[in-house]
Amino acid sequence: MTGRVLLIEDEPNIIEAIRFILSRDGWRVDTHSDGSTAMDAVRERKPDIIILDVMLPNRSGFDILSDLRSDADLGQTPVLMLTARGQKKDRERAVEIGASRFMTKPFSNAEVLASVRELTGQ
Amino acid sequence: MSISELTGSRIRARRLDLGLKQADLAKACDISASYLNLIEHNRRRIGGGLLAALARALETDPGALSQGAGGALTTALEAASAAHANAGAEVSRAEDFADRFPGWAKVIEAQGQRIQQLDRLVEILNNRLTHDPLLGAAMHDVLSTATAIRSTSGILSDGDVDPEWQTRFHRNLYEDSQRLAEAAGSLVRYLDADEDQMTPAALTPLEELEAWLTDTDWQVPSLERALPPDLDSVLEGAGLATVGGRALARRWLKRYLEDAQSIPAAELDQMMQASGPDPAAVARHFGTDLATALRRIGLRGNGALVICDGSGTLTFRKPADGFDVPRFGATCPLWPLFEALQRPLTPIRMLVELPGAEARRYMAYAISMAGHPDGFDGPAVVEATMLLLPQEGADAETARAVGTSCRICPRADCAARREPSILGEGL
Repeated sequence: MTGRVLLIEDEPNIIEAIRFILSRDGWRVDTHSDGSTAMDAVRERKPDIIILDVMLPNRSGFDILSDLRSDADLGQTPVLMLTARGQKKDRERAVEIGASRFMTKPFSNAEVLASVRELTGQ
Repeated sequence: MSISELTGSRIRARRLDLGLKQADLAKACDISASYLNLIEHNRRRIGGGLLAALARALETDPGALSQGAGGALTTALEAASAAHANAGAEVSRAEDFADRFPGWAKVIEAQGQRIQQLDRLVEILNNRLTHDPLLGAAMHDVLSTATAIRSTSGILSDGDVDPEWQTRFHRNLYEDSQRLAEAAGSLVRYLDADEDQMTPAALTPLEELEAWLTDTDWQVPSLERALPPDLDSVLEGAGLATVGGRALARRWLKRYLEDAQSIPAAELDQMMQASGPDPAAVARHFGTDLATALRRIGLRGNGALVICDGSGTLTFRKPADGFDVPRFGATCPLWPLFEALQRPLTPIRMLVELPGAEARRYMAYAISMAGHPDGFDGPAVVEATMLLLPQEGADAETARAVGTSCRICPRADCAARREPSILGEGL
């Protein structure tokens, strides 16, 4: 069984590629590109897993993650964080706020797929 | 202590060269022969007046006796060993080493300087990666595009993609590869432009300005003329490489011009020759404030001139013979400069003595003034200025014991010590 992925990312061609890979694996993929309304999208879609970019227009992925973790209903959703800067500081911050996993760009398709499967227990 | 360890041996050698008897030399210097004997065998440290008297009797320079030819080198060796405290360098034998292997000592000195420069460069580059928004954005662009390319090409190489998607991904791939080429190109241009600005000889704007001023012996003769050229042409001639260095030089030249117009060089030189460099008299005679007088005397004469802002950060450093202003790290907190900073508008005059067998003395004049460039509601911009004039024959007076920087200061019992020295015993 697969489930629903919410991909919050602003790079159109990355969105297209990830959506394709996950869809082919049987996932239903919704996407969202604006940081400021990302939480609304999460509430509306109630995904099984969120793929969240750190650098988003209008609001940072870190802020979205900490809102999410303090939300009673959605706080347990696994989050795979993506960043273009593999700096230790970013990684530590992501872990501290509660990211389930942290992935540095450029990642491979297989890594994304494997992470999504593992984080949803499949 | 390292600095004076061989002074006695040098005194002895020099006396024997001149064919003087111990007793005669002792008599000439008003000390007992047995005391001289202790000095000659390096059992007593001497400095100040007695050293000067011995040097006079031996027809030589006190510096030549206390530090030998390797004096400056010894200091450089001590500074170099500060960075490698665990290496166990025989700091107490630095002078001996510099004397015996002057060439190797120079290599160590040059390496020490090079390491300091590179440390600065690393720091600058580190800060750049973390804080430079342009570089951060460019890197983000490159990595994002590379990610899209990697994912897309991964999908295409799987083979199992229907033609419509294939076309789409090929188009994406083409777009992204163009974007990547652009982003990489602009990144390279950005880094290249910066490389030009980072000549290892002058890493900070202040260092660049100082390097130029050292070359011109701290004088800008064209600005001393009755009809000085405009600052742009002077600036052009300076050939400073960085934007920051040029900005700093422009500000400095503007002030130099104003100072030179208030206190003309010829008249100042005449006055200093006639009655010595007296900042208060100069300020009174030319009707300027004290800081201007300190700057003019400091730049025209053989004194040191140090200026700091309200945070205590040095903004100008002209060294004098025997007085080196540290290029990196903080200075001695006991400088009258900082006292002036705490007591704005109060002139401070104080005799100071540097550590070392020579115990060089300087008369320090300091004052801090505040400007209000943004008017009544703006902040007070404070600046303190200190002039140090080499002082001879002031042995009777009490001088304040100061240093240049804690790291290489041998005064173990200094009340204001900030960090341990690599030279002191028992630290």
